[in-house]
Amino acid sequence: MEKLVYLDNNATTKVDHAVVEAMMKYFTEDYGNPSSIYTHGQRAREAVENARKRVAKILNCEQRDVFFTGSGTESDNIAIKGVARKYKNKGNHIITSSIEHHAVLKSVEYLAKEGFIYDIVKVNEDGIIDIDHLKSLIKPETILISVMYANNETGAIQPIEDIGKIAKEKGIYFHTDAVQGVGKLTLDVKKLNVDMLSLSGHKFHAPKGVGILYKRTGINPIPLFHGGHHELNVRPSTENVPYIVGIAEALNIAYRDIEKHRERQMKLKERLKKGLIKNIDNILLNTPEKSVFNTLNVSFIGIEGESILFTLDESGIAISTGSACTSGSLEPSHVIKAMGRNHATCHGSVRFSLSKYTTEEEIDFTIDKVKSTVEKIRKISPYK
Amino acid sequence: MYNQIVMNHFRNPHNVGKMENPSGVGKVGNPQCGDEMVIYIKVENNVIVDVTFETFGCVAAIASSSVTTDLIKGKTIEEALALSNKEVADKLGGLPLIKIHCSVLAEDGIKAAIEDYRKREAEKKNEQKI
Repeated sequence: MEKLVYLDNNATTKVDHAVVEAMMKYFTEDYGNPSSIYTHGQRAREAVENARKRVAKILNCEQRDVFFTGSGTESDNIAIKGVARKYKNKGNHIITSSIEHHAVLKSVEYLAKEGFIYDIVKVNEDGIIDIDHLKSLIKPETILISVMYANNETGAIQPIEDIGKIAKEKGIYFHTDAVQGVGKLTLDVKKLNVDMLSLSGHKFHAPKGVGILYKRTGINPIPLFHGGHHELNVRPSTENVPYIVGIAEALNIAYRDIEKHRERQMKLKERLKKGLIKNIDNILLNTPEKSVFNTLNVSFIGIEGESILFTLDESGIAISTGSACTSGSLEPSHVIKAMGRNHATCHGSVRFSLSKYTTEEEIDFTIDKVKSTVEKIRKISPYK
Repeated sequence: MYNQIVMNHFRNPHNVGKMENPSGVGKVGNPQCGDEMVIYIKVENNVIVDVTFETFGCVAAIASSSVTTDLIKGKTIEEALALSNKEVADKLGGLPLIKIHCSVLAEDGIKAAIEDYRKREAEKKNEQKI
């Protein structure tokens, strides 16, 4: 087996050793239940509240507005279902976009079964949402808008501040799935004008199975679970102390070194982009200028993504594709499709997503292997 | 996800490419996923003496194309028409459930190529009559 070249960091990331280190003692030493009032339990409580404080600082919000959950999906579900159900007497209309993660789209679709109606905002060919279209969809019954911060497939950054302003003027709750923005863009919730924001630990070098939901004081979503008084009833479940410590540590690291990472990864992404364009004909960029610095999505015209994925896998390179063949549903990427690309282009889309561990050597190796892979598969294709 | 037989056919597919002066060409697409396959056959005395393919599709689609060309080379038209997608999948040692439709595409490709061959033959006969 060759060395792993991991370029699928929008799918998940390696846990930072410093994060593991910070977590360890809460498994075997300070393993008390934070709800227990003796000293052993209170040490765990202190760790949870300290983590909340660290997160609140980065989000520029009150500590009481930070909630720890089990995942980004769970955060999205609490925000969307919880708020819609709570405020259904105010209206039953929800707006979201055509490029959302399924955690948002499927939640909104599910609410239609409960009598809610929804509209989907279009995106332009760069995969950025059309603000005028969004404005035109607002009705007196609109209670919630949910638009992601940065798209997971293309990296396209969405105009969250502007949407937030519009929502505020109209008195509509605004949620953003900010899972792909962490460590790349500001998470200052005041600057972003958001009422709610979702994060997922494993996308920024914390473990899988822990997420964060920010919600402004005064918004009271109906919880998905019912149980104890944990997390102010928003998310009953005994707090996952080590993971909560881990996600706070990872978030802290991501913002402590953000400038360094931005500069390094922007250079690497540019090197990858230029290398691919120089060496391979008939490439279509699916990532716009206005995108997060770690993501590059391209379509190789005339060939299909899964065959590219498996050929690169044989060289130890891990990437992902929007091809229908890997979706499980035989539908190609709804994101690339929403940008107006034809079926074959969606089918041949490949996403490279970098991290702080990506090296220049890995990028050069990848350019080389992608070149030979595309040449090989194009020979088999009827479209040359 | 895929077994070694499938991966070997994908890595080194047999009978790839466009054919000069084929006796029949079958062009099929899979409406389910968007894969496309072109099969070229050369027929002499009712026997498929040569067959090649070009495929736009996933690992399973390429492997199915490759193994199908192996299966029908040297066969009579009637034998080739009897080929089923199950034989294609079996010869590959099985495909993941969601990829079975790729073997159907290969079966359809062969049938389309034979149909084209028969059409061309019928046209030739008609021309001779005139």
